[in-house]
Amino acid sequence: MAADQNIQSKMTLKLLGVVVGMFVFGFALVPLYDIYCQVTGANGKTSGPYIAGAPLEVDKDRWVTVQFLANNNANMPWEFRPTVRTMKVQPGQAYSTVFFASNPSRQTMMAQAIPSVAPFHAAEYFHKTECFCFEQQELARGERIEMPLKFIIDPHLPASVETLTLSYTLFDITQVAASAATEIPVS
Amino acid sequence: MSAVIENHHDDHHHGPDKGLMRWVLTTNHKDIGTLYLWFSFAMFLVGGCMALVIRAELFQPGLQLVVPEFFNQMTTMHGLIMVFGAVMPAFVGLANWLVPMMIGAPDMALPRMNNYSFWILPFAFGMLLSTLFMEGGAPNFGWTFYAPLSTEYAPPSVTFFIFAVHLMGISSIMGSINVVVTILNLRAPGMRLMDMPLFVWTWLITAYLLIAVMPVLAGVVTMMLMDIHFGTAFFNAGGGGDPVLFQHVFWFFGHPEVYIMILPAFGVVSAIIPTFARKKLFGYDSMVYATASIAFLSFIVWAHHMFTVGMPIAGELYFMYATMLIAVPTGVKVFNWVATMWQGSMTFETPMLFAIAFVILFTIGGLSGLMLAIVPADFQYHDTYFVVAHFHYVLVPGSIFSIMAAAYYWLPKWTGNMYDETLGKTHFWLSFVGVNVTFFPQHFIGLAGMPRRYPDYALQFADWNMVSSVGAFIFGFSQLLFLFIVIKCVMGGKKATDEVWDGAEGLEWTIASPAPYHTFSTPPALPERATA
Amino acid sequence: MTGTEKRDQGRSGYLIGLKWLIAAIAVGSSWSVLADWSALNMTQGVTEISREVYDLHMLIFGICVLIGVIVFGIMIWSMLVHRKSLGHEPATFSHSTKLEYAWTIIPIFILIGMAVPATSTLRDMYDSSNADIDIEVRGYQWKWQYTYLNDDPAQEVKFMSSLLTPPDEFYNRAPKREHYLSDVDNPLVIPINKRVRFLITSNDVIHSWWVPDFAVKKDAIPGFVHESWAVVEEPGIYRGKCTELCGKDHGFMPIVVKAVEQDEYENWLAMKQQEAKDVYETVGKTWSMAELMETGETVYAQHCQTCHQANGQGIPPAFPSLVGQGMAIGDLDAHVDIVVNGKAGSAMQAFAAQLNPAEIAAVVTYERNAWGNDVGDLVQPREVNALIVAKE
Repeated sequence: MAADQNIQSKMTLKLLGVVVGMFVFGFALVPLYDIYCQVTGANGKTSGPYIAGAPLEVDKDRWVTVQFLANNNANMPWEFRPTVRTMKVQPGQAYSTVFFASNPSRQTMMAQAIPSVAPFHAAEYFHKTECFCFEQQELARGERIEMPLKFIIDPHLPASVETLTLSYTLFDITQVAASAATEIPVS
Repeated sequence: MSAVIENHHDDHHHGPDKGLMRWVLTTNHKDIGTLYLWFSFAMFLVGGCMALVIRAELFQPGLQLVVPEFFNQMTTMHGLIMVFGAVMPAFVGLANWLVPMMIGAPDMALPRMNNYSFWILPFAFGMLLSTLFMEGGAPNFGWTFYAPLSTEYAPPSVTFFIFAVHLMGISSIMGSINVVVTILNLRAPGMRLMDMPLFVWTWLITAYLLIAVMPVLAGVVTMMLMDIHFGTAFFNAGGGGDPVLFQHVFWFFGHPEVYIMILPAFGVVSAIIPTFARKKLFGYDSMVYATASIAFLSFIVWAHHMFTVGMPIAGELYFMYATMLIAVPTGVKVFNWVATMWQGSMTFETPMLFAIAFVILFTIGGLSGLMLAIVPADFQYHDTYFVVAHFHYVLVPGSIFSIMAAAYYWLPKWTGNMYDETLGKTHFWLSFVGVNVTFFPQHFIGLAGMPRRYPDYALQFADWNMVSSVGAFIFGFSQLLFLFIVIKCVMGGKKATDEVWDGAEGLEWTIASPAPYHTFSTPPALPERATA
Repeated sequence: MTGTEKRDQGRSGYLIGLKWLIAAIAVGSSWSVLADWSALNMTQGVTEISREVYDLHMLIFGICVLIGVIVFGIMIWSMLVHRKSLGHEPATFSHSTKLEYAWTIIPIFILIGMAVPATSTLRDMYDSSNADIDIEVRGYQWKWQYTYLNDDPAQEVKFMSSLLTPPDEFYNRAPKREHYLSDVDNPLVIPINKRVRFLITSNDVIHSWWVPDFAVKKDAIPGFVHESWAVVEEPGIYRGKCTELCGKDHGFMPIVVKAVEQDEYENWLAMKQQEAKDVYETVGKTWSMAELMETGETVYAQHCQTCHQANGQGIPPAFPSLVGQGMAIGDLDAHVDIVVNGKAGSAMQAFAAQLNPAEIAAVVTYERNAWGNDVGDLVQPREVNALIVAKE
């Protein structure tokens, strides 16, 4: 009987180990999901700063329309808009544009712009070399800024994509930034 | 038979303690099984009352009884209570009663833990139900609690909800570990895995599923807790998170959870149909393999709950194909049951009626599930009453009918008395009619375009909603008859024989009726194995 | 029981079985004639895609019914015939590898038969070629906002679309009219036979934009934009719903799309663009100090002067002076705030309800720079607008 007991406790411990492992796995799904998004472009997430490997060849025969959208999430009082709404661009060529933001509220606020690309499968071909969305924006009350965006469309963009929409949604993260001392991951 | 006599003998010396403390302190698998079953029935009635509030409000267009805010609390609590409070504990209760008796074990392997895992539940559900009386009301974000509605926009009671879910999870995990350890270690000498009754097999697989996914549920509610109180941003896009991540993690738990609620039902039905067809279960091996395949597939199909969330086409196609594959092992099970009935010598006592209704109505739910797997069509079905009809078909005449079938089937063994067959059949027919009148029209309402979780609806949906509500009340009130039948059976009635049913096979039928407090203190000698 | 008796009973069992089956088929078919299927089934819709989806739905539905009829037919037959009460003896077979293979492999082929058309329909739906019109659809708790994207911000048409049914109807104080809970104040208007692309997103929680007649259902997720499209072939009014639980009024944010002929659409759009332009002139553009001062003086005379007096000195203590003291030379934001929201417990009203953002911006700027206040700062109408919108 004693031996049986031993086997049982060992098995119980092993199963508890599986439980702990699956709990950790639940959290591991967070980075796994990010990788999944990077690979498949799910949710139209664009990646971080683009570092060019070999220089991209400019596709002189092709024009792609890039639409810029700028929106505020709930309870965000900033004024936020693209200065140019659409651009005709050639894949492989570097372009830059500027977004405008101002904080008309009574206090200093932190904001984070979240990019999203439609259609999804175009997201991985939209390379940003410089973007205000890479960092949080802090504006004192009444402050206005022009925020740069520099990008290159990858020449490998599927031929079916003729229009590409880049949307930014501006979130108020004043509270979050204040309560979390740690750096918030930025996409 | 000597074991049986010995057990009777033991009974006189080691009977249960008297009074309330027997139930609080018990480590006896039969007592704990009884506790689980009564608890789940109580929750079934509570969740059922909430369903009736929902159906009463939907009886006619317009808001008559409740405000939309409270309606959302009802749909949320109904779902949570039925899933975690009624169906899952009922199956754990059946496992407690039956697994040791079926494998010839004296008790569960970890009796003390067994006691804890039950007694956590009343606290968990007490906490969950108490949110109804809190400022801001109970959780109102649906049982799937999608972020950010359940995080940034949730009522303050969400924290209690999170703790309640944690407690339920701990209870389920402890219960499943117990089942696994029991089945793998305490089988009667000579009983191989492939000799086990199918109910034991399905529970073994279910227990592994629970151990694998309940911690993921715990993980996802922990992330919510951190987002709400500790300033993290797992699901808040503004902080770099993603609300869609919530859905992925939730359904990674949620889809296996669906099978957790149906696999033991397969086991129950696979025990009952052979008994009343007086014929061995057809294709035992393929039943085991089919169950294992379904369990495996359940881990790789989760995003079929999220087709409209916007996935790349490759993702949509993959999840569609994987989901369609589930139809294959599920079909195998249904065909095996039909083949078991074929050329049998059937009688139609109440458990058999429930089991046959299970096969038919579960199959209807399965077929509508197959339709839902087809992505382009799902864009039209998703989040409409078609989905409500689908999952209620697999859960009510699926899981719940199987639980009732099990109750009728094993009640004589548990109590020593036969239930009242006439009342049992009346209960069956009322339930059968009630369920179909409730849920069949919901297919039409859904196809015609009524979304789920709506407290009020456009006029063209009025007729079928009224029919559905009438059915719900028939079904709901006929469960009081079930309560009466069970109490009557516990109090007395025609004495049951040890074998109870003339076609029944399995170790539980070799012991006395009612089953003595301690059984198989010495392992039983197995009957000569039939050479296949 | 003798063998003959048993056989006879077996035969009468078959007969009873047949009778039941015939009765069931008769009841089933008469019912299907009576029922009005159009109200019970999925809509065929008005786009090529929606018809494809409908056909796919009918195909898989048909296959499922067929499977159901076969399986349940066998079961019911068995139940009627293989009964102990009819003296049927149980057979002893309990497995058949051939059968197991058959009912594993045959379903796979049926599934492939379903998957092929489903895949091709899905590919059609995911076609992302150029659209004629781009409309941003934005979910709010609990209404929709539609924006017709335009390169010229002055011509951008943007409006809210919310439930038209009055609460009296859903609280049963008034009779429910046609289109109860399915009508909105400002429907989305699109031309027929044009490819319209919907860019779907949300302002707060997750919503889902569903128009059954277009077979378009896409979740609206805060921070993310999802696209969907439709080419509507017939003019008409098409009604849809929010299909993702989004809080209290989830059931009260319908969608109405009006599909019209191209010229009607153009007229409508021109009208809307003119309205947008008017708004832009007041709110959207950047105003100069001179323009603000000029408008501000007029607004002040109409709305503020009665209390604060033409010289800004007011009638203290009820109506404080604005000259050289207090709000008017202090914090700009506090100044805007009090004009927009009023001051509780005083005679100062919330002017957001009476004045447009340009008028508020102008009057605030005027007060800060008139009567020798000379603070020198100004506020732009669109900033005031952003504040008001955030409050809503």
